[in-house]
Amino acid sequence: MSTATLAGLTGAILAGVGLYGLIIHPDPLRRILAFNVLGSGVFLLFGIIARRGAAIGALADPVPQAMVITGIVVAFAATALAVALLIRLGAQTDPVVTQADKQDLARRADD
Amino acid sequence: MIVQTLDIGLAALVLTLAGYTVLARATFPAVVSYVAYGLLLSLIWVRLFSVDVALTEAAIGGGLTGVLLIGAAGKRRGTAVAATELDPTQPLRWAIMALCALAALALATVVVSLPDPAPTLAPQAMENIATTGLGNPVTAVLIAYRAFDTMLEKCVLVIAVVGVWSLACDRCWGGAPDVPRAVARGGTLTFFAQVLPPLGILIGIRIFWIGADEPGGAFQGGAILAAMWVIIMMAGLTDVPAISKRWLRIALAAGPIVFLGVGILGFAAAGGFLAYPHGFAKPVIIFVEIFMTLSIAATLPMLVGGAPIRAPRP
Repeated sequence: MSTATLAGLTGAILAGVGLYGLIIHPDPLRRILAFNVLGSGVFLLFGIIARRGAAIGALADPVPQAMVITGIVVAFAATALAVALLIRLGAQTDPVVTQADKQDLARRADD
Repeated sequence: MIVQTLDIGLAALVLTLAGYTVLARATFPAVVSYVAYGLLLSLIWVRLFSVDVALTEAAIGGGLTGVLLIGAAGKRRGTAVAATELDPTQPLRWAIMALCALAALALATVVVSLPDPAPTLAPQAMENIATTGLGNPVTAVLIAYRAFDTMLEKCVLVIAVVGVWSLACDRCWGGAPDVPRAVARGGTLTFFAQVLPPLGILIGIRIFWIGADEPGGAFQGGAILAAMWVIIMMAGLTDVPAISKRWLRIALAAGPIVFLGVGILGFAAAGGFLAYPHGFAKPVIIFVEIFMTLSIAATLPMLVGGAPIRAPRP
């Protein structure tokens, strides 16, 4: 199996893992995290399309690469906006903190 | 053989970290795992010979997103409301897992059945690259062939900052945002923030400059400069600027405004929007990229900082 195919399969699994996290977590911050995992998996699929499109003078097709670079920057901007909304929401309402987080905090306080 | 082992090892590490990011019970370890995930993912990009993407992923996907999310996880600590009733039940979890596995399987099927030979725009990109005066085809796509996309993306960044700022409370409007801070002054982070930026700024400018011919460019260089500013602010060596500062607003808007201005001048100079004059393309591209780098270096830290939380000083 070539490096590109392996990376593509990794991207496919990452998209699935991210989608799962996006659906099961009630906590919005965990959803943002999962959404980023999903996004990076999709970017990786662009990556193998770029790599497969290699030609003389270019080890990978530059067009999908440029799209991914733009995509990473826009994903960051969207994440920042989502986090800002979340923090504003948290300031106005009781934040959602899962049972596991409470246990984690208690454990840290004990240390 | 060694190379294949490396690839499989990398894929296994990345998938493990992604799994932990999604499945970890508590939020903070999940965020930390995501940062490591972003950095390892950039190594896969290197293996795909997409070094420009690898640089962007490491700086923005791993680094800056990491700071942003660690800050967000930290800001929410200490508050506790049970939310277990919101967690899906076990049978529902299995059903969701099965459907997501199906989605992944569908994507994997597409990956293994991609057409051969692969469709590509690389020959066209290389054929016309001489007209741009650039040597790096990715930069040529970003700034010349698909300049319109990149210009709109710069506008998206400014709009994102406006969106984030607009979430300020009324009293805080015009005041300063805050970045995640080091707990103690004079610690490792302060030392780091004194030693790293002189080198980091040089590296950032160099990555921007060589981007015309080698992997690098305005995004990657700007992101490194942004990271240096974030480190200095995190260590408390400089204050986060108030959002009403004129120089800050000029720095944020300079990139898109110069890009748009050059684009409109293209009508007169080269007969089309965002067209560059023949034989004079490279100096124009570098000129636009200088302002883009500046704007990216100002925008990304402001996005990390979030909405202003302090009332402006009179």
